[in-house]
Amino acid sequence: MPPGLTSTFSLATLIRRAFSGTWDAQWRSPDPKPAYDVIIVGAGGHGLATAYYLASEHGVRSVAVLDKGWLGGGNTGRNTTIIRSNYLWDESAAIYEHSVKLWETLSRELNYNVMYSPRGVMMLAHTVHDVQVFKRHVHANRLQGIDNEWLSPGKARVFCPPLNISPDLRYPVLGAALQRRGGIARHDAVAWGYARAASALGVDIIQNCEVTGIARAPSGEVTGVQTTRGPIAAGRIGVVAAGHTSVVMDMAGVRMPLESFPLQALVSEPVKPVMPCVVMSNTVHAYISQSDKGELVIGAGTDVYTSYSQAGGLHIASHTLDAICELFPTFRRLRMLRNWGGIVDCTPDRSPIIGKTPVPGLFVNCGWGTGGFKATPGSGHVFAATIARDEPHPIAAPFSLDRFRTGRLIDEAAAAAVSH
Amino acid sequence: MLLIPCPWCGKRPENEFRHAGQAHIARPADPSAVTDEAWAEFLYMRANTKGRLAERWRHLHGCGRFFNAIRDSVTDRIAATYKPNDPPPA
Repeated sequence: MPPGLTSTFSLATLIRRAFSGTWDAQWRSPDPKPAYDVIIVGAGGHGLATAYYLASEHGVRSVAVLDKGWLGGGNTGRNTTIIRSNYLWDESAAIYEHSVKLWETLSRELNYNVMYSPRGVMMLAHTVHDVQVFKRHVHANRLQGIDNEWLSPGKARVFCPPLNISPDLRYPVLGAALQRRGGIARHDAVAWGYARAASALGVDIIQNCEVTGIARAPSGEVTGVQTTRGPIAAGRIGVVAAGHTSVVMDMAGVRMPLESFPLQALVSEPVKPVMPCVVMSNTVHAYISQSDKGELVIGAGTDVYTSYSQAGGLHIASHTLDAICELFPTFRRLRMLRNWGGIVDCTPDRSPIIGKTPVPGLFVNCGWGTGGFKATPGSGHVFAATIARDEPHPIAAPFSLDRFRTGRLIDEAAAAAVSH
Repeated sequence: MLLIPCPWCGKRPENEFRHAGQAHIARPADPSAVTDEAWAEFLYMRANTKGRLAERWRHLHGCGRFFNAIRDSVTDRIAATYKPNDPPPA
């Protein structure tokens, strides 16, 4: 349990609160101070996790997390919550596995139930190319010490009974890669849990405070930010602004290898438990699991053009539903309740950027593209270390912004042949 | 789905087109002469503008030709499209 909390959650407190009818605010909402040691731009999961680990592991407690909206209101609240670590390259596997290990103990560490549920993530192969790529992943993951196993279509159906493995499908299931430790978590709870724990350690979370400029000294280093709530000074700034990273970095004159695309998700009406695991299909663009509320949570692919509209085209979502209906015929009569879009920042090699920038004191954590939620704890953990020590954490080091100049890319896009 | 005015074919639905990224990025005339920074700038750095931007499209399932568009990336409204060698409209 993090220090500084004045009240903790337990069965006894839940029962008592249920009858008393009142709940305390879980984090403070202070006005901004004139100066902090570190400013984090963006109060999503990654930014809040960064602030939490700065305070809890590095003793940096003079931290402000600024957000132009409400915390967790961007991609943290808009994703399909899939967690896994079975990436191809050693650099990627290291950071995502670092994250999965933190997920496994996160609820206990934060004293906040993030509902991490390792129910298994199954990635379907529909073509000979898929089969070869996924088997390569399985072998690479075994060498990395990460669980990933190959399933025949029959075994895939045993693991996920609603799955249609008929050979007559347009894209038949030829097999699947299964990571049993993969799963889902409650996305809002992750943001709230980190916010509560960080706030208790003295981190100021300042919502509705948009950064409008980055101030720099004549010698070049950052000195603070201008915001819609006035100037705030800080010697170190960490930008964790997801789809808006290019906009914020432009304020410091740093160009980024990023393009922002809308990514859509949708949920069905709630039904009784029917979907025991997560199923992903990169080839037909279908990502599906069932939340504890009973809704089927479905992810679509990105739109083809860059946009900040947080919407996306209907044809993208219906394409995904076509695939879902073919793979899971029993879901055909379900109605969709809500759909929405988030803006994801994609790098050319589909790997994130975590580390220092050409501007002294300015750090960036971005480029998580369509798959950032799973990395929330690990990303915050290594980014906090990078900011605190002013040098990249060993796991973060390969993900430098400089790799686009040196050419040492971490090409997960080629590894899986699609975005993910 | 966007309705995109191809300069040759007129308004057609978005799924006839392929998006081809930021417009007006010139490949360095002599790649071996440029610095690593300049090459990275050409290959990877993008404006990723929030607001009015110039981008390339290709009318793949139509005339097959490339053209440029001025679009607002917040509203997704297309203000104008123009042929590849034309200057962007004011």
